[in-house]
Amino acid sequence: MIYLDNSATTKVFPEALESFTAVATNYFGNPSSLHELGMQAERLLIQAREQIARLLHVKATEIIFTSGGTESNNMAIKGIAWQHRHRGRHIITTSIEHPSVAEACKQLEQLGFEVTYLPVDERGIVSVEDVEKAIREDTILVSIMHVNNEIGSIQPIEQIGATLKKYPKIFFHVDHVQGVTKVPLDFKKANIDLCTMSAHKFHGLKGAGILYVREGVKLSPLLAGGAQEMQLRSGTENVAGIVAMAKALRLAFEKYEKARQELNEMKRLLIAELSKIEGIQVNTPVDHSAPHIVNFSINGLKSEVFVHELEKQQIYVSTTSACSSRKKAPSKTLLAMGADQKRAESSIRISLSYENHRGQLSLIIEAIKHALKKLQEVAREM
Amino acid sequence: MERIYLDHAATSPVHPEVVHAMIPYMTEVFGNPSSIHFFGRQSRRAVDEAREAIAKTIGAKTNEIIFTSGGTEADNLALIGVAMANRQKGRHIITTSVEHHAVLHTCHYLEKQGFEVTYLPVNEQGKISLTDLQKALRPDTILVSVMFGNNETGVLQPIEEIGMMLKEHPAYFHTDAVQAYGLIPIDVNKLHIDLLSVSAHKINGPKGVGFLYVRENVKLIPHLYGGEQERKRRAGTENVAGIIGLQKAVEIAQQTMREKVQLYRSFKERMLAIFEQEGIHYAVNGDMDDSLPHVLNVAFFGTNVEAMLVNLDLAGIAASSGSACTAGSVDPSHVLVAMFGKDSERIRSSIRFSFGLGNTAQQIEMAAYETVKIVKRLVRK
Repeated sequence: MIYLDNSATTKVFPEALESFTAVATNYFGNPSSLHELGMQAERLLIQAREQIARLLHVKATEIIFTSGGTESNNMAIKGIAWQHRHRGRHIITTSIEHPSVAEACKQLEQLGFEVTYLPVDERGIVSVEDVEKAIREDTILVSIMHVNNEIGSIQPIEQIGATLKKYPKIFFHVDHVQGVTKVPLDFKKANIDLCTMSAHKFHGLKGAGILYVREGVKLSPLLAGGAQEMQLRSGTENVAGIVAMAKALRLAFEKYEKARQELNEMKRLLIAELSKIEGIQVNTPVDHSAPHIVNFSINGLKSEVFVHELEKQQIYVSTTSACSSRKKAPSKTLLAMGADQKRAESSIRISLSYENHRGQLSLIIEAIKHALKKLQEVAREM
Repeated sequence: MERIYLDHAATSPVHPEVVHAMIPYMTEVFGNPSSIHFFGRQSRRAVDEAREAIAKTIGAKTNEIIFTSGGTEADNLALIGVAMANRQKGRHIITTSVEHHAVLHTCHYLEKQGFEVTYLPVNEQGKISLTDLQKALRPDTILVSVMFGNNETGVLQPIEEIGMMLKEHPAYFHTDAVQAYGLIPIDVNKLHIDLLSVSAHKINGPKGVGFLYVRENVKLIPHLYGGEQERKRRAGTENVAGIIGLQKAVEIAQQTMREKVQLYRSFKERMLAIFEQEGIHYAVNGDMDDSLPHVLNVAFFGTNVEAMLVNLDLAGIAASSGSACTAGSVDPSHVLVAMFGKDSERIRSSIRFSFGLGNTAQQIEMAAYETVKIVKRLVRK
């Protein structure tokens, strides 16, 4: 079995699972409680926050725990929009964002905000000049993902951040869900104000995420109530999930640091091999892309059937992003890159983890060739 | 020293069977339910089955359950979701002055968004009056949110009567059942409830998961946008293991409800009998006969909350002054203020004991005698 859908979700590190079980069983107190059990839980929460802050080179008070990437993205975008709406109502983002950014922006449009969706080039990369050109007097937020979840292209976050330095009143949000631990990003150097991360994409548990909020950045909360998380996010903290997330983040940084070279090599070879196969168009750019994502199209053939064919050979890949793979629609990202309908409708994503290696390459390529042949045969018979 | 945990209304230990049930969903069945391959389909099936099992416990349909990250999100989604989706029909909301902060603070937020909120008072027993509610209802009332059982005093509100009253009114009826669910049988159809919030970690499930029941055809806009999970009403990858944990906790709660109710009632009675027998000056806050079985809120006259809590903690007894969710502060309880006025001595001298998994009659007696000792010592000073 080869699981190649790590951008959808990852397998939990055994160590993270152990942390979860230990905390859920032995330290079940509510961190807001004043008694010993509550204080134990609070101490665990403080430690997890400090550990995560250290790993990300930020302050502990800048880490807000959420229920995951979707909540973090919604909180960042709507929180900034709502808090600063009197100063301006213009937001800049790209046409290839994850639905949790794109849909949050759409909601804001209905509430009277204006959103500019920047185009990308044929590699799936936004241009720094376009960002600057889109800036207006009333722009309050720029939200751009670091690594695209469908094709793996890396956006020039540092350069965009440097440009935005000239506009100190504009907040800069980065969706770092696919990038964290895989593609280095210096929050300070990139001048980032808000940054989203999700535990289950780095071998932590589903239901826990992070929003980095730079000191001094004001945003209105998404969830009202008991005023936990520096009054920014109410709700009893998911202590066990958070402790497991801290553990997973540390291990993921270590493991992906070690695996980066290997994954990069594997990506290059995958792209090279796939390019040779007739009927396959590779969508992931060789350069400026993350080490763990390879996307290709199968020339209008049914991508869902292709996934199931590969599954028969115990290889698990995905059509587009998992969060929208239930509806049949062309990939928004590929369309934005200028792909035609046929190509955009038949895309397949391979996403690797630190456990994958070049030794699996021939097996994967052979399986893909086999599946493709079967689909082509079926198509010919029809 | 044996530690005795009497703060189950703040959070409860995860049942060992719950942890056990969750583990496979973090190891083998780890797929994203939106993925179309085997791993995704397995996770999807598990979530669907959990949804069905949970829906049945309140007489709901499967598609009426929305999984959330907990009680706070469920309350926020219910209130903001209904308010924003129905603001063309009206901008008036009715709630009570004794709600959990997840409801109260959301109402404050909605007031800033141009909604008008009526906060119904309660009597000294902690109950709202149906006459007050009837009088507060207006043609432009779109939502009535009244909690099932109070988290600080355990007082039950007349949910069935409210449901009956609202049958004749277009306003939706939301109830925060975070404390009541699992100890009181709830049928959303019999009680005419349109929306109902539940949190897993109050019923021996994991933190970070809960659900909102939303009756079919209730107009509601989402709070979190993104993927198409939860039938487009709550985006975000489903917390599969958490949902399985919730399901297990729900099953255990349903199976053990009757014995627990009896057991916790006997704990209450035993505790009060010891206070009585030892001759300390105390009073129960709220209607003892019509309250959640696991919550007991007592004023110990002549003491103060902080000293009581510190001394109880030193004696190994974990209790609280009220809602844990005010993030570590010992602010005067808004619930007791609503019941007795802000000048009442009860505000400064009340302790909440809440019972749950693992508590024994022996522990309750020990805790009661320790409490008596502390009260006597503090009063003498």
